[in-house]
Amino acid sequence: MLGAGHIGPVIARLAIAAGYPVSIAASGDPADIALITELVVPGARPRWAADAVADADIVVLAMPLHRFLDVDPGLLSGKLVVDAMNYWPASDGALRGFQGVASSEIVADRLAGSTVVKALNHIGYHELEDRARPALASDRRATGVAADDPAAGAAIAGLVDRIGYDPVLLDSLRAGRVLQPGGPVFGVTLTAPEFERAIHAEARSLP
Amino acid sequence: MTYTFGLDTFGDRNSDADGTPLSHAQTIRNVVEEGVLAEGAGVDFFGIGEHHTDLFPMPAADVVLAAIAARTEKIRVGSAVTVLSSDDPVRVFQRFSTLNAISGGRAEVILGRGSSIDSFPLFGYDLADYEQLFEEKAALFAELRDGGPVTWQGKTRPALFNQDVVPHNEAGPFPAWIGVGGNPQSVVRAARLGFSLVLAIIGGPPARFAAYSELFRRALEKFGRPPLPVMVHSPGHVAATDEQAKAEFWPRWRDIITLMAAERGFATPTEDSFERETGPQGALYVGSPETVARKIAANLRVLEATRFDLKYGMPGMTHDQLMAGIELYGHEVIPRARELLKS
Repeated sequence: MLGAGHIGPVIARLAIAAGYPVSIAASGDPADIALITELVVPGARPRWAADAVADADIVVLAMPLHRFLDVDPGLLSGKLVVDAMNYWPASDGALRGFQGVASSEIVADRLAGSTVVKALNHIGYHELEDRARPALASDRRATGVAADDPAAGAAIAGLVDRIGYDPVLLDSLRAGRVLQPGGPVFGVTLTAPEFERAIHAEARSLP
Repeated sequence: MTYTFGLDTFGDRNSDADGTPLSHAQTIRNVVEEGVLAEGAGVDFFGIGEHHTDLFPMPAADVVLAAIAARTEKIRVGSAVTVLSSDDPVRVFQRFSTLNAISGGRAEVILGRGSSIDSFPLFGYDLADYEQLFEEKAALFAELRDGGPVTWQGKTRPALFNQDVVPHNEAGPFPAWIGVGGNPQSVVRAARLGFSLVLAIIGGPPARFAAYSELFRRALEKFGRPPLPVMVHSPGHVAATDEQAKAEFWPRWRDIITLMAAERGFATPTEDSFERETGPQGALYVGSPETVARKIAANLRVLEATRFDLKYGMPGMTHDQLMAGIELYGHEVIPRARELLKS
């Protein structure tokens, strides 16, 4: 987990509850987030980002998008990377190159040596934990998983399922635009059929 | 345990009984009356949050607080919040030290981002610089608040060399808090810089913030600082009955959050989501005095907090509704919450 701010600890807790071993890193010394980890993400291991990434099968980017631009792409080379970030100018300010595109495509371009999947970006950190449910629960909600690489998409769909959501697969990062701020499912928690209806209605109106 | 109860407003623009918006000027005058009434009703603190929009025309909270201070004797007055990142810490210190002088030592400051980001473009700041702006300016503000000449340098404002900043506070530093919305690193920063902690809880189950109170206490220990209080700040409205309070608050809440949702890209509220938020597991304190007092007492316990500030009202509510809510909050909610917290 790269990020110990709003959303990183929430996803980390869900992953730990689902049985994943989790390391968490912020931008600096793990000692700086040791107390946060102990109290807010119990069970996770605070590490330097490079060490955490080196041992990880899945790396989750849970930092503000403008901070991602400071990350060395080489660090993530060869890794399966979940982009949980958003380009959200109303909240975080405008960034050059991100207007009107799929932000995860820009992220994937920067991480040319990694396999990028967009997921866990569109349910708010207030809600992500409260709405998680075991498989087959009647009130289980859906979350989108967008990937250019079908195997990577399927792997992250498995993770999403284990932490408490019905995955709805989108077959490209470009199609993942529907998961972004302003899109039909951003900030909304829907069941899988509702989710499918919402994104398909939207997809028809996109070029 | 001593508990403190406050009221906060963002200068939410009032409407008249027909739903016609009042002027910005009338809304500001009404806030002054609300602050004066709060003292009469026995409320401990009256806070005004800086905003810069047509719905919240309240950019100069300290001026309004000074007017309230001049007409009151006991109630504490302060910001809720001051958007420090787009302000100058020296000027913020000077304005609130002046308020502290006028009020005879009743000033407080809550620093934070708030949900309002309008001040960034207005004053020529970039939201992408938010972190550095806040970190540097909060650190400088902490030094200024301690009193005495300040030497400081950073990237966000000109350096200070052995600078005496006036007016001095005659009885030592005024209380200062940092408001956080869910980032644990912000909790640690408040402890590191020696600010008290405000948990701004505006959605979802309040109990999930319990780890943040513990994090704050442990972080204060780690940094070798004495214990400091934790405040809960949440929105709501009090009326004679639950039904009346919801009927007055819901349409205004729905309209405002729907508008913000369109701008900010989050979910529009529904009657279901409103019921959840006004229930025991939600973040809104909307109801009769008994309902609101019970919820306040329960959450102060769970969160190990000793201060509660109700952000009362919403744009489009009438001044009369707000005044009635303030009376009930002061005369009924606060005594009842204190009683519940004793047992």
